[in-house]
Formats: sequence, structure tokens, C-alpha cells
Amino acid sequence: MALKVEGLRVYYQTLRGDVRALDGASFSVGDGEIMGLAGESGCGKSTLGRSLILLKPPMKYVGGEVLLDGDPLPIWDRERMAPYRYKKVSIIPQQAMNALNPTRKIGRLIRELLEARGVSSRDLLPELKRRLDLVELSHEVLKMYPIELSGGMKQRVVMVISTLLDPSLLIADEVTSALDVSTQKRVAEMLVGFRDHKFVRSMIVITHDISILYQIADSILVMYAGKLAEKGPTEAIVRRPRHPYTQLLISSLPEIGVRHTERRLSGIPGSPPPLLEPPQGCRFRERCPVAFDRCREEPPFEELAPGHLVACWRAHG
Amino acid sequence: MKNEFLYFALRNRKLRLGLSVVLFFLLLTFVGPLLTDYDPWGYIGAPAQPPSAEHWFGTTTFGQDVFSQFVHGLGPAFLVGALGGGLATLIGTAIGFVAGYRGGWIDEILNMLTNIVIVIPTFAVLLIIAAYLEVRSFFIEAVFIGCTAWPWTARAVRAQTLSLRAREFVDLARISGMRASKIVAFEVAPNMMSYLVMVFILQFGGAILNAATLDFIGLGPTTGISLGLMMNYAVLWGALQLGMWWWFVPPGLAIALIVGALYITNVGLDEVFNPKLREK
Amino acid sequence: MVELERVTKVYRVGTFGGRALKAVDEVSFEIADGEVVSLIGESGSGKTTIGRMILRLIPPTSGRILFSGMDISTLKGKALKDYYRSVQGVFQDPFSSYNPIFKADRVFRVVRQEFFPNVEEGEWGKRVEGALRAVGLAPGEVLGKYPHQLSGGQLQRLLIARALLLDIRFLVADEVISMLDASTRIDVLNLLAELKGERGLSILFITHDLALGHYLSDRAVILYRGCVVERGPIDRVFGKPYHPYTRMLLSSVPRLDRKWEEGKVGLKGQQAAPTKGCVYHARCPFPYESCKGERPHLVEVEPGHLVACHRIGETEVGKCRRQG
Repeated sequence: MALKVEGLRVYYQTLRGDVRALDGASFSVGDGEIMGLAGESGCGKSTLGRSLILLKPPMKYVGGEVLLDGDPLPIWDRERMAPYRYKKVSIIPQQAMNALNPTRKIGRLIRELLEARGVSSRDLLPELKRRLDLVELSHEVLKMYPIELSGGMKQRVVMVISTLLDPSLLIADEVTSALDVSTQKRVAEMLVGFRDHKFVRSMIVITHDISILYQIADSILVMYAGKLAEKGPTEAIVRRPRHPYTQLLISSLPEIGVRHTERRLSGIPGSPPPLLEPPQGCRFRERCPVAFDRCREEPPFEELAPGHLVACWRAHG
Repeated sequence: MKNEFLYFALRNRKLRLGLSVVLFFLLLTFVGPLLTDYDPWGYIGAPAQPPSAEHWFGTTTFGQDVFSQFVHGLGPAFLVGALGGGLATLIGTAIGFVAGYRGGWIDEILNMLTNIVIVIPTFAVLLIIAAYLEVRSFFIEAVFIGCTAWPWTARAVRAQTLSLRAREFVDLARISGMRASKIVAFEVAPNMMSYLVMVFILQFGGAILNAATLDFIGLGPTTGISLGLMMNYAVLWGALQLGMWWWFVPPGLAIALIVGALYITNVGLDEVFNPKLREK
Repeated sequence: MVELERVTKVYRVGTFGGRALKAVDEVSFEIADGEVVSLIGESGSGKTTIGRMILRLIPPTSGRILFSGMDISTLKGKALKDYYRSVQGVFQDPFSSYNPIFKADRVFRVVRQEFFPNVEEGEWGKRVEGALRAVGLAPGEVLGKYPHQLSGGQLQRLLIARALLLDIRFLVADEVISMLDASTRIDVLNLLAELKGERGLSILFITHDLALGHYLSDRAVILYRGCVVERGPIDRVFGKPYHPYTRMLLSSVPRLDRKWEEGKVGLKGQQAAPTKGCVYHARCPFPYESCKGERPHLVEVEPGHLVACHRIGETEVGKCRRQG
């Protein structure tokens, strides 16, 4: 198991109290596995991703543990996490376009980053160039300032930088959301390429778009309102979803070739509950078309079939 | 929103410290003259006396009461600060808004104007003014400071306006048929309120410092008393050589404290307005 | 209703504005009454620029935009205000569309101030509630809230409600769903479809996703680097795309019914500046020699379906007639 997360709880501190953005997550990601992490905005998926890298205020570690390649990750301690960051766990942030220091040329930026971690940049240069080729960037970018690159190019530069030290785990946070369909496809394929070339051992791809995950992920984890709703192999999640939320999420996607006059698709009515004081029991209860009395109790996140876990009383029957 | 602002404002140590110092001197400006019966210009005691119960800050070479001069000098300092700083903020903001929002050739002309004002040798102009105006007042000093100190404000406001202008809510206001002046006043400016407050505080402190400098080198007002003028006289009459520290230390220290406190207030406000700086 | 005639937009870039960048290059198309037209292309294709020119946020460098036969660049004062009574826009980023320091419903107050100063408070409140219901929002849930307290989908619908208050006839919807969650996208799409069906609204739907365009619209215009490379009835463009660019866009859409094929997106070619030939030739998987030298014209391959590609004349529909 590359990554194992047990009962992880991370809250946001606000003046009005704690926002329970991530309220108990237990899952694992295997070696060479690309796990998709899906859900609506505010469901806690980015909180989960970020907490594995840099847990800083207003984020607050509440409980749970994280094992990476068998070693516990001290995610609650920013100083002790420093040696793991970038070398063992790395992230392509949501706003990757703005992550680059505008006053440095890309080449110098990379050199400084590597030297800060005690790695000789000269030794890595051939590898760096090979990887730039892989993401279809010319070596000229090393001599350019971030401002000279387009958004999509910057994104790919950040992808190369964040995986340069071959981390065990890469977290890609909404990296495809702001892109055109065509660039989106290439970037998603590049992520798979990174795994195939063993630049990263395993990967968590965070997105709200399940159809991208269907293309590249081995497994999909669906979150709702700070809780895990369903996890399973990609085919099972897309073809045979068991959680009503997953079912609605998938049926709300515009199907290719369908016109509104032929078949009207529908979204999920209502909106997620406030996480400042989340309701007891299943958090999807209020929007769920098949909710019943038992949903006042919290459903356990349990295995239905090998590798397919669901938190829903109906599914467990 | 407002409560959150107050919450952080009251808990910010820099803001509390800065504001208390400024308020202390402001209070002294009003209360001070009541504490002393001496005429700031009157020759009321023995010359060159160190501080005593009779004369709290001692007397000058001419036997004038330094404390009386000090408390009467505070008022003009604040007045020139408010007037000069206010004027600089006003001119700078107006030019910044117009240049940033209108863009194009208007922006280029205003930019040129800004650059010209920056490179004009302020002291040369002052010398000329001093030569023409035999009687100079604090008001003229404040206007002069206001008219020369605005360029950096204009630049900063222009840059902020440019970035706000690109936001979609400005586009939305435009397709609502709003006039440009209305958009600047009701869409752009409110977003910069916190910034404008800070600009004013910086200009306020800068104007006090500028006025003190002008007074000190003898280009200040020809009538009245101010902290800068006190230092000017002290140096003119050899207080430094004679070791009469009580003559120049109180005005010097007060200026340093007021200006310093204003800058600290500014940093504190910045932390309060900008949530990113709240976390350490 | 809206007609673009050889509309061109040139930006000056670089130091001293020395280099000219053609964001939109002689684009012509029209949007009929009650029609939804999708304007489809990648970023940098000029699609947003076209939307902004129609909304008169920026002026075209050359060419004309006509609204009901009237050149919109001549509009001033009251005439311009009347134009905005009929033509409105909704933009990509719902959060940036609201002034963050005011409550979200301020957008309605602005409309009242600018367009309906004589309508009474009570009457106006009723109209606002009516518009909110029309876009599927409960007035109590959204009025009096700050933008950050509402979801992206709610904010976009508020903006559509704002447009409805003006009794508009034409809406520019610029990437209105690209920043929304997948689960709320479909609601906003359905809402636009309803407005077209029930109110006869014409919509210019700007998007980079051909599949979304297909769900909603009647016709499609495919843009690449400021040039129209293909346009026609949506089911024809979607069902039988001719231009290699259109095909590439279509094959890139992530779908749940099948996986991506190994395809060539050609990101490197995206950077190459187009010279005089076909704008797409650097990325084209099967370019001819002539594609480098000569820009292909739009050619009608079937009724109403036009394509600008040299391969068309010589292979698939050889007999089609050339268009100017």
C-alpha cells in the first residue's frame, strides 16, 4: 500500500466555530494506482489533498493518521513534514498558474528549489529536459520568465517541477478544470504518463468531473459534505454506482450526443448541508430520493464487493 | 463583516499601540495649552533654564517657555499633516482613478504629468516660492506639500484600478449602462476603501515629516510656531553646542513618535484588512 | 437579429505596441430570432473577444456588428442604454461578476436605478421575485446574501434573472458553466434552453466543449485563432465534422461511454504563430503543402454547413461550390 489514511479529520477554524471540512476519512491507495477524488465544491476533497502536504491555519488537524509506504506521515507538524514534502509527497496545486515566482526565470527557479532540498541541479538537468519533452515543452522555457508562458504551459511546468524528485505520492488538485477540452485531454494523458514512467508511484487526482476520471483513474473515491460516500474500481463506480449521490452525480453529466429537446437531463436538487453544524446521520439525507428512517443514523463506510466501499444503508440493505 | 473587522482591529497590538500614541499627542494638542499660562512667545523667565517644576520643559536662550511652545506647536503639525496629506491623497486618488479606468491616451498624459511632478526639484521650487512670498502661512505649506506628494499615490491607485477594472463586475456595471464616473465611485472605489485609508495615513505621516523638514531648514511658515520651527530656532541659537537638550529633544522626539506611530498604525491596519497577514 | 460582418479585432502587443495580434480575423455569422448559436474554440480562439464586442465592451478594429439591422458601434447615450435593455451578458466567473463587498442582490438594484427609476419599490420587489422564480431560485434563499454565501450555480442564475428583468431578446453566455460543479452545470444549461423555448430568447453560447454546445444549441461556429474554420447546423457539425480541428475537439471531450482514443492534440503546434496559410496547419495531422501557403476559404459542403479546409475541395466533397 503506497498510502493509507485512517480516520483523518481536518477542520477549518473560523470565528463562528469549526467547519468540519474533512470528517473522518479512511481509505488507501495502492502502488501504481491513480485514485480519482470526486465531489462537489466544498465536499472536502481539496482539504483532504492539501492536508497531506501542508496543513496550515486556518486548517486544523483534529485526528487520524496517515501512512506513506508504511511510515507514518507527521502531517500535524509542519516542521517535521518538511523533509517529506516534495520528495515523498508532492502536489500540483489548484492555481498552478500562479504558483511560480514571477521574478525568476524558470531554470533558476528550479535550481533554487532543488538546492534548497540539497539536490544538485546539474545532475538532474538531463532528466529535467527529458521530462520537458514529455510534456511537449521546448527547453527554451528554462530561459523564460513565468509571464512569458501561457496558462497551459505554466501548468505543465509546474507538473514537471513537482514530480522532478520522483515522489511516492502526487496530488493533482483540479489541474484540468480550467483548461480547454483539448488541453485537458493532453494534461490528463500526461498524468498517466508520469505514472507509467514511474516518476510517481501513485497519484490522487482531485476533480469535480467524473468523466475525466473515467478516462484516467484506476479507482474513484466520491466525497460528500466532508465524508466518504463511495469508493471502488472506476468501472464499478461509473457503471454500477451504489450510493444515490454517485448515481445522481453521474446521471447529471451531459451525455454526448444528447440534445435537450430529446432528453432533458437533470441536476441534483438542493445543496450540501452547512459543515459548521452538520446534521446527524447520513449527510446526504435531505437531498436523497431514497432516504428512509434509518438514515438518521450515520451509515458505515463498508465493503460491498472486493474494493467497492459504500456509506449508505440502502446499499447495505 | 464589520464585526469581523472590529474583532481583528481590537486584537491587533500594532494598531492599538500606534493609535494610542497618535491619540495621546492629539489629546495633548487640545489639552496642552490649558495646562500652561505662558505665552509661547513671551519672555517670561530666566533664559536657558533646564526643566523644572516651574518650566516643565525648561526655557529657551531668550527665556521663553519650551513646554508652551511645544503644545502650541503640535496643532500646526497635525493641521499640516491632515491638510497636506489629505490634499495629496485626493489628487493622487483622482488622477489614479482616471488614468487607470480610462486608459489610452488620457492614461499616458496623466502618467507623463506624474513623472514630471516626481522629477521636479522640490527644494528649488520652494526657494523660489520663499523668495516671492514674504509672509508664508501653514496653509500655503500644506498646499505645497499636498501638490508635490501625490505621485506615488496616483501610481498605486492607478495600478489597483487597472486590476479591478478587469474584473467582471465592472463589465456587468458597464452593460447596465452605468456611467464611467459612477462605476469608479460605486464599484471600484469601495473595493479600495481600506487601501485608501492606509494611503491617507501614510500621506498624513509623510506630510508631518515634510513640514518639519521644511520648517527646520527655514523654508517653512514665517509666522506661528511649530515643532519644526522650534528645532529650527534651537539649532539657530546654538542649543546643540550649549547642551540645551530640552529645547530640541521634545519637538524632535514628538515628530519621530507621531510619524512612527502612524506607520505602525498603517502596518497594523494592513494586517487587519488583509486576512493573509493575520496568521503568523 | 445579430449579424457579424467581417469583424476583426487586432491587439497591439509587445513593447511600444510594435506587434499586432489578430484576435479575431474577419469573422462573419449571424444569430436569428430565437436561435441558440454555440461559439466553440480553445482559449485564444477569440471567442470571448467576439462576445465582448457584441456587448460593446470593446470596439472591433474593423467590420460591423448589426443588431436588428443597426450598426451597434454608432450607439450612444440613450440608444446604447436601449441596446442594453435588449442585449445582456453573463460571464465565466460567477464570483468575479459580483462586487465582493456588496450583497449579491445589489445587481438588481443597479438595474432598477439605471433602467427603471420610476418603478415603485413594491412593484419592483415583485418583478425581482418573478425573475428569481423563473430561473428556479427561491427568493428567500438568495436575497440579502453576500456572494460568498451563495454557490456558483446560484450566482450564475442570479445573473440570468438580472438579465430577465430587462426583458432581453439576446443573451451572450460566455463560458457560463465552465466554473460550475458538474452537478449544477446541467441545471444552468436547462435554464438557458427553457428561456429559448418559452421566451424566444436568442443566445450566443460561448464554450470550449462541443458536447455542451450540442446539448443546447441550433447551430455551431467553430473558431480557431480568430478564424471560423467550420460552421453549420449543430447536428451536422457534431454528427459529421469535416475540419480536423473540429474532430480533434470532439474526440477530446471526456465521455463516460467510451475512453479517449490515442489522439494528437498537438500542444506544441498551439504555440506556433500562424503565418499566411491555414491557421491550423501546424497542428493538423494531415496537412498539404498548399496549407502552408494559402488560407482556405469557407466552402459549403452541404446546405448551411461550411468548412474552411483545403482537403475538402479535393477529397470528400469535390463538387461543392466555393464561397467568397
